[in-house]
Amino acid sequence: MATAPSIFDPSKAAILLQHGHSGWLGAEYLDHGPDWVELALPWHEKLVGQPETGIIASGPIIAMMDMATALAAWTKRGKFVGQATLDLRVDYTRPAKPQHTVIGRGECYKLTKSAAFVRGIAHDGDPDDPVAHVAGVFMTLQAPRA
Amino acid sequence: MTDLPDRPTLPPYAEAMGIAIERSEKTTPILTMDFAEHVQGRPGYLHGGAISGLLEMAGFAALKAHLDAEDSNRELKPINVSIQFLRGGKSQMTYAAGRIHRVGRRNAHILVEAWQDDRENPIASAVMNILIAPAEN
Repeated sequence: MATAPSIFDPSKAAILLQHGHSGWLGAEYLDHGPDWVELALPWHEKLVGQPETGIIASGPIIAMMDMATALAAWTKRGKFVGQATLDLRVDYTRPAKPQHTVIGRGECYKLTKSAAFVRGIAHDGDPDDPVAHVAGVFMTLQAPRA
Repeated sequence: MTDLPDRPTLPPYAEAMGIAIERSEKTTPILTMDFAEHVQGRPGYLHGGAISGLLEMAGFAALKAHLDAEDSNRELKPINVSIQFLRGGKSQMTYAAGRIHRVGRRNAHILVEAWQDDRENPIASAVMNILIAPAEN
């Protein structure tokens, strides 16, 4: 498959983040490269999973990583195609620091006509000390035209 | 809302999402999440992240209820979760419940399913490993 210049711009597509569940979470676009997208999830009371500590729940981290990796897949593909998360695995390597913004970096390492293979990390300041690692697969809803 | 004296409480995240404990089957809590704009992904469908949040809450609630029944005060921490998205989540009520496959002293292995119309045809499932740590207080 010939590689066309990317016409999918995640910094503009990030308007998607303002609606629905993403908007409610408060996820924001930070940065991107040819096959990766970085989002930020500012700490908020409503995201807390442990009231005693103020540590955010794991659900919001999964949701942000789902978005970051989905955006990475579109960015690498160079266009928007309908896709659905087939599976997503998350390893929680340590709890996020209370009151800290969590940053999610999603990467698409392989594209086929029908699937996008993704991985990523979430961290709260130091990318070398992630709070979570993720791996997943998106299935395209319609095979993209070559 | 009915007041069940022994039901586990859900964290602020679950309450903000609209996740509630509807009832318990034996000791297993059945969680619900109504459809609303704030849990929507593509128009008319649940966001995968919202389904994941519901599944995890159901998994933790199942383990907490199990440990509470044994009067065991422990702190639960997620080790990992693997989520399978089986069907699009439609714009209606979603249910979720966890089944404990194994509880050891240090960790538990839990299978969680989320369904809408038909419990036999779940919209998503999750396998969770949860660390059971001694309570710090």
